[in-house]
Amino acid sequence: MSISLPAQVREAMLAHAYACHPEESCGLLAGADDGEIRMAYPLTNILHSPTNYTIDPKEHFRSLKHADRSGWDLIGVFHSHPHTEAAPSRTDIRLATEPDWLYVLIGMERLDAPQIRAFRIRDHAVTEETLDFETPGATLAAYPINRPGEPA
Amino acid sequence: MNATISLPTILRPYADGARKLDAVGSTVGEVFSELAGRHPKLAEQLLSPDGGLPVFVNVFVDDEDIRYMDGLDTGVGERTEITILPAVAGG
Repeated sequence: MSISLPAQVREAMLAHAYACHPEESCGLLAGADDGEIRMAYPLTNILHSPTNYTIDPKEHFRSLKHADRSGWDLIGVFHSHPHTEAAPSRTDIRLATEPDWLYVLIGMERLDAPQIRAFRIRDHAVTEETLDFETPGATLAAYPINRPGEPA
Repeated sequence: MNATISLPTILRPYADGARKLDAVGSTVGEVFSELAGRHPKLAEQLLSPDGGLPVFVNVFVDDEDIRYMDGLDTGVGERTEITILPAVAGG
């Protein structure tokens, strides 16, 4: 079963990735009981690094509170790889702590064709989830998404 | 003082699946010590071997990160909400 990725969520993640580039961007995803992704929270990478990220704990807390007030749960995390593909690094796998979260990767190997992929990481085992991309919004018309398996 | 502790998903198995726990103490450290009596494996996740706060655990008392307050000596009032968040990090 695929996971629907709302266009607004995708645009928020990509805009944050571009704004933070060449540093890694990061943020959290909130969803409802039905598992649908409802909100992307673009947050601060306190490491300001091109190769690592740690989400600002205070912003993590505020996002949790907003999700709570909205009747959602935090259901995932997204971050960018500014120069490499959208696949979990060894560090991502080692530091993944939430077995039920969706780990969304934005690969910016090609800045004009960023790649978005999603994974579950449980006990260091990685499983890819299929994302169902909703119709792109106007903002990204110039930045077609390079889906896995498609030519860039 | 009675505090309510909200647990992240990853720590709930150490507390019989509970999302929230009530505990008594006048500081965060005392609250964690009281929890240790009932959920020793949970306490192992909340306190490092030297008795401090592990690097990958963030604790908020009401809306404040205790690292910027008095750490485990941060005071706990009546109906204080303690929120525990794992650090979210990667590469």
